Amino acid sequence: MRRVAIVVFPGSNCDADTLDAARAAGADAYFVWHKAGDLCQADVVILPGGFSYGDYLRSGAIARFSPVLAAVTTHARAGGPVLGICNGFQILCEAGLLPGALMRNARLRFLSRPVRVLVEATDTPFTHLYSFAEELVLPVAHGDGRFVADERTTAELEAEGRVVWRYVGENPNGSTRNIAGVCNAGRNVVGIMPHPERRNAPALGGTDGARVFLSMEAAHATQHAGGVRAGGGHHTGV
Amino acid sequence: MSAFRVEIRVMPRVSLLDPQGQAVSHALHALGFAEVGDVRVGKHLVLRVEAPSRDDAAARARAMCDRLLANPVTEDFQLQVEAA
Repeated sequence: MRRVAIVVFPGSNCDADTLDAARAAGADAYFVWHKAGDLCQADVVILPGGFSYGDYLRSGAIARFSPVLAAVTTHARAGGPVLGICNGFQILCEAGLLPGALMRNARLRFLSRPVRVLVEATDTPFTHLYSFAEELVLPVAHGDGRFVADERTTAELEAEGRVVWRYVGENPNGSTRNIAGVCNAGRNVVGIMPHPERRNAPALGGTDGARVFLSMEAAHATQHAGGVRAGGGHHTGV
Repeated sequence: MSAFRVEIRVMPRVSLLDPQGQAVSHALHALGFAEVGDVRVGKHLVLRVEAPSRDDAAARARAMCDRLLANPVTEDFQLQVEAA
C-alpha cells in the first residue's frame, strides 16, 4: 500500500475526489495542507484540481510558492512520483517541475465536459497499466487549459516521448500539438488537464481514469514484491 | 530610503494567441469601431516600493517580475520607476 499525499491549497476543490480515487485503487491516501513543511513519508504526491488562490495573477502562480512546494520539489528531484491534475498541472508548470505553461482556452469559455484522449506514454508511474495509443474518455473542467511551450521545448517533448496524453478528434482548448498531459525528463513528474479521478467508477460514467491510480499503486507492488503481485490483485480491484 | 512608484506592464508574448484580445477586437467591431485591428490584453500593476535609489527599486521590481509577476514562458514585461 503506497502512501499518497494529496496536497490541499486554499481553493482546491478536487481534493476529496482524488483522495477517494487513490483509496479505491488501494493506496493509503491522506491530505497534506499547503502550509505543511513535510509530506509525512509520502511515496507519491498528487496536486489536485481546483482554483488555488482564486487563480489570481495566473493559475498556479501563487500556490507555487506555498511552503509545501519545497518538499514536493525535493521529492520530485529525488525521483519520487508526482501527479498534477488540472490546477495541479498548472502549479507544476509554474514551479518549473514541468515545462511550458497553461493559458486561457482559445475560445475563452470554461469547459466542463468529457473529451477523448490518447495515451502516448505508458512508461510513467501513472500510465503503465494503459496500452500505447489507447483511447480514453475523461472529463475536462478548466478555463486555462491551453498548454503552450516554445518550439524547442515542444520538439524535445515529442522527441523524448514526453507527451503522455493527447486530445484526439477535437482539441477543446487549442493546446499546442493537441497536448493534454506531459511528463518531465525523468518521467516521474506528470501533469494532466483532464480529470481521471472523475471517471474511475461505472457510477461516474466510466472507468477510463481508474488506471492512473491503479498504475501508481501497482508500481509499488512491482518494486517490492516482484512481478507476481503486479499482474494480480490491484488491477481488477475497482 | 525613498519611496518609488513602480508601474509594471505585463503582456502576452506576441507569438502566442491572445483570445481575450481577439474577443475585445470582435466586440469593438460589433460596436462600429471598424478601424480597430489587432488587440492584445495584458496586466498593469502599480507597486509602492521603498528603496535606497531608483536603480535599486528597478532592480528589485525586475526580480519580482522574474520570480512571480510575469511568466517567462508566456509573457513579457516592461517597468517604469518614478519617485512616489
